[in-house]
Amino acid sequence: MGSGLKKPETPSGLDGSLHVGGVDFVSRLIVGTGKYKTNEVMVRAIRASEAEVVTVAVRRIDLDQKNEQGILHHLRPDEFFLLANTAGCSTAEDAIRYARLARAAGFNDFLKLEVIGDANTLLPDVHGTLEAAKTLAGEGFKVMAYTNDDLITALRLEDAGCVAVMPLASPIGSGLGMVNPYFIREIKRRLSVPVIVDAGVGTASDACVTMEQGVDGILMNTALAAADDPVQMALAMKHATVAGRLAFLAGRMPSSEIAIPSSPVIGMLD
Amino acid sequence: MSATKTVAVRLNGRDRNIDIGHTVLTLLAELDLQPGMVVVELNREILERERYADIEVNDGDSFELVHFVGGG
Repeated sequence: MGSGLKKPETPSGLDGSLHVGGVDFVSRLIVGTGKYKTNEVMVRAIRASEAEVVTVAVRRIDLDQKNEQGILHHLRPDEFFLLANTAGCSTAEDAIRYARLARAAGFNDFLKLEVIGDANTLLPDVHGTLEAAKTLAGEGFKVMAYTNDDLITALRLEDAGCVAVMPLASPIGSGLGMVNPYFIREIKRRLSVPVIVDAGVGTASDACVTMEQGVDGILMNTALAAADDPVQMALAMKHATVAGRLAFLAGRMPSSEIAIPSSPVIGMLD
Repeated sequence: MSATKTVAVRLNGRDRNIDIGHTVLTLLAELDLQPGMVVVELNREILERERYADIEVNDGDSFELVHFVGGG
């Protein structure tokens, strides 16, 4: 099944698409909509990224403000696939409540589940995440679960019925890049559902390194929103995501700690 | 006692007195909110949009009116 949206062209040489929860997306890049200086820059950056899936958060309407605070006044739901998150929730109960509110908005059954366990690091509460994932998957949600880079939790989330598991590259908003490629690769090797790295990417090389691990996709927000020029960074991230995927598919050369000449060692002049 | 007939409700965490006789639909109109852009939770129960016109606002009701905002 398609997402129902107009498809960007598949970049030349790239395999298939990101298939998650029964929907195909051409782009392996998912972007957030938070923290942009203006809504106009946000929309231009997201368009430049060519991401099809964009994340949104559920919040109270500020009744003292006049209209048009909502993201849907700026992002057209027929142009982007809206992936609601449960950001800010610190218990399974809260996350379940926010998830149900998000689904009642009427766009789709997909949910980016986040249950945060610690305010300083924003690391996930894996017990709360697992508990919420079980309940929500049972209610028919297509749960994409944000988690840490722990293999066992990732396996449990898959068992709980998540349609994607989303380990972090490094803490949310940190821009530290991929700190544990070994565990990310191990998670990818062991899971059947898509693995989408979520959080921690700072710049294009981080996105490229992430995709080189063989993961199915990558989700980022602050790397775009907090760049000096979010539109230009979005373009860089689009290319980096594709480049990393292509490099993974190509299969990199073995690395060596000694030099190996590229030119013939015979035929040199006396 | 006030002569005007009002009901006391809680709206997004704040106490408010509103005229008696509102439905959820007319309350949203009074707040200048488009029903299609809002999700309404009434006393911790999510209301389907089709029910907005039928549900009357009662004294003591607690509403959460939510929408999508930017997030990662």
